[in-house]
Amino acid sequence: MCRDGLGGTVRYMLLICGDDEAHKAMEADGSFLASCHAWADEMQQRRVLVTIGGLQSPSDATTVRIRGDQVLLTDGPFADTKEVIGGFGLVECADLDEALEVTSKHPAAKYGTIEIRPLLET
Amino acid sequence: MIAEVDAAVTRAFREEWGQIVATLIGLTGDWDLAEECAQDAFAQALQRWPRDGIPRRPGAWLTTTARNRVTDRLRREAVGVAKLRETAMLSAPDEPGDDAAAVSGIPDDRLRLMFTCCHPALAFELRVALTLRTLAGLTTAEIARAFLVSEDTMSKRLVRAKRKIRNAGIPFRIPPAHLLAERTASVLGVLYLLFNEGYAASAGADLVRQNLTAEAIRLARILAQLLPDEPEAGGLLALLLLHDARRAARSNAAGELVPLEDQDRSRWDASEIKEGVQLLEAALRRGRPGPYQVQAAIAACHSTAPEAADTDLGSDRRALRAAVTAGALCGGEAEPGGRGGHARRTGRGPGAGGATGGGRGAGRLSPAAGHPRRSAPSSGPYG
Repeated sequence: MCRDGLGGTVRYMLLICGDDEAHKAMEADGSFLASCHAWADEMQQRRVLVTIGGLQSPSDATTVRIRGDQVLLTDGPFADTKEVIGGFGLVECADLDEALEVTSKHPAAKYGTIEIRPLLET
Repeated sequence: MIAEVDAAVTRAFREEWGQIVATLIGLTGDWDLAEECAQDAFAQALQRWPRDGIPRRPGAWLTTTARNRVTDRLRREAVGVAKLRETAMLSAPDEPGDDAAAVSGIPDDRLRLMFTCCHPALAFELRVALTLRTLAGLTTAEIARAFLVSEDTMSKRLVRAKRKIRNAGIPFRIPPAHLLAERTASVLGVLYLLFNEGYAASAGADLVRQNLTAEAIRLARILAQLLPDEPEAGGLLALLLLHDARRAARSNAAGELVPLEDQDRSRWDASEIKEGVQLLEAALRRGRPGPYQVQAAIAACHSTAPEAADTDLGSDRRALRAAVTAGALCGGEAEPGGRGGHARRTGRGPGAGGATGGGRGAGRLSPAAGHPRRSAPSSGPYG
């Protein structure tokens, strides 16, 4: 089943978020990276995973806006929040239940929060 | 004839609406289209039945009419060729409205619809609104009135719910075995709240509010029939019947609530109590007690005592047996309405409420189940 009830899949962006504490906890967990790789391997084998990536700190971010003909750059993230996006995954699932199962298995879910956002399909 | 037709359409609406909408959603995956075509079918019934007579099986007539309407609409809109093909393919001669389909083991679309409406990824208030709209057939205005919000607010809520189901890919299906208990708890939590909302409405309150108890019982009955292996479904139905049985005695002529111990027990509905007790016993025999069975057991103690003074919770075998086992299940977080339900947040859900069912015969089953604004994090079966 899928969103139109007639088969097919839905793509979901998994936004892996957490605050400082969550990030410290992930770093302190010696097996964290290995389990992330294991998750990615499993999801690749299941043909669920499209791509995945971890992000550098928001302090390394640059934001861009164009207003009129001016390009405005800001050093830092677009929003200064306690919880930041530390990584992402793009998965393709049969439905939300599968996306929930896949997401719940990601090791980051134990420390931070993973937001599941369906992609706007065109 | 007109009065007869009106009555037949009203009855068919109550009995068939959920089934028809569920069938159409199953066919097309389009919730709005399903609702509109179901509505059209009832409008056609009002026009044609006075002339052609009331069909022998109104449900089958309405389902066929609604399905034809879907086909027309899809053809006219010239979109969804695949959908159309699908609809044609599935338009087999055996009517989904047919009872034979339900007993032959073909999963009932209404059950799918219940699980979809009550999916934990939807905020609790969305689950409640969606259940009333799609399964019970209440209008947006009626649901708004029942929950004391503006029609505009309720309308937005329903639109948002349906959009999320579509965009987020919430499946229209009966959950697989490993999710069934958790998802059933979510459905039970919604029905429990519906009953509570109606039960808390005073005698003078809006009829729509009072009718929520009847809707909750009707849906709980369907759920218990469709999920015979889930004793908590039977437990909830038993609980609702046992409380509903006391309805007539709950308020005096002035509309004030009468405490349980002062109620005229001869005014309790003996047949509802009997049915509730039988359902409870059948559920308990399965050996998997849960919070709703416990509450029903407590309610049964009260309902079967000839006088208030005769109520003996401690020595009642049923209550004791269920309570002991379920106590171990629920632990400190007693929270039957389900993980992800409303109970955890308020901490005053059915289980935490304990003997509230037997309480002072007033108000809700539990102090205030309420309907929270956001869904709580649910401890699912994934981790």
